[in-house]
Amino acid sequence: MILTNIETIPGKKVQEHYGLVQGSTIRAKHFGRDLMAGFKNIVGGELKGYTELLQESRNQALERMCQQAEELGANAVINVRLATSSVAAGAAEILAYGTAVRV
Amino acid sequence: MELVIFIVLLLLGFIVGKSKERRHYRSIGIREEAFLDKPTITARVPSGENISHAALAIGSVVVSIDYFKRFLSSWRMIFGGELKSYSPLLDRGKREALLRMKESVPRADEYINCRMETSTISSGKGKAMGTVEVIAYSTAITYAKGSTHPDQATEDLHAESEEPPEENIRTEAPGTAGLDG
Repeated sequence: MILTNIETIPGKKVQEHYGLVQGSTIRAKHFGRDLMAGFKNIVGGELKGYTELLQESRNQALERMCQQAEELGANAVINVRLATSSVAAGAAEILAYGTAVRV
Repeated sequence: MELVIFIVLLLLGFIVGKSKERRHYRSIGIREEAFLDKPTITARVPSGENISHAALAIGSVVVSIDYFKRFLSSWRMIFGGELKSYSPLLDRGKREALLRMKESVPRADEYINCRMETSTISSGKGKAMGTVEVIAYSTAITYAKGSTHPDQATEDLHAESEEPPEENIRTEAPGTAGLDG
């Protein structure tokens, strides 16, 4: 599965379009990480626990998107966009969407 | 007693936060040098021909502000104006996210259509601390060996002077996006 965030896949030609595919996940942070982040907050800097959490969820959202594209028979997703929004205090939705194509 | 805790937190935030920031900037500087020759642009068209590989590169980081700076910014919010204490935070976040994006596909020759996004995890209002997530993503282009890769198209992080207006990759005003304070 080839992913790009431009309208084409450089060096390849798009044969067929399959329309929009998307994947999303809503994740909540767990208590232990939250507590550690609270301590970390005093001195500032990177909160590794959160970075990992959001990376994991982003990968999952992308995976779900790719899965959907595969089901359609596509072998690439172009124009991929990522979005994050907090749905509740302590929970975030990660959304990935793009256009499934065959090259 | 509460005052003592407050002062201790303030000092801790000031001293440790400052040294951490300095260390982080040093590491950013060293790591950025490795990618100096790789154009990172917001244009959508690759600068060369004969592309062998294209892939999505993503980098993200969650950074938070220290106790001392948060205290400073709460003062600033009375009078309004630029929150200078937040600028290094977002600057660090953006540069780190860009670096991680590049490090996720280190062999690429060029990173095109680079996008950056800031989202607030906690706004820093009330008792909460200001914490933001910065995401950078782009399409990493690898050229086939022996192809002509034009050298003139090297608008990277540090060559800001000659960039056309649509290729302003470095955000000039960190602290404007995603912070509602």
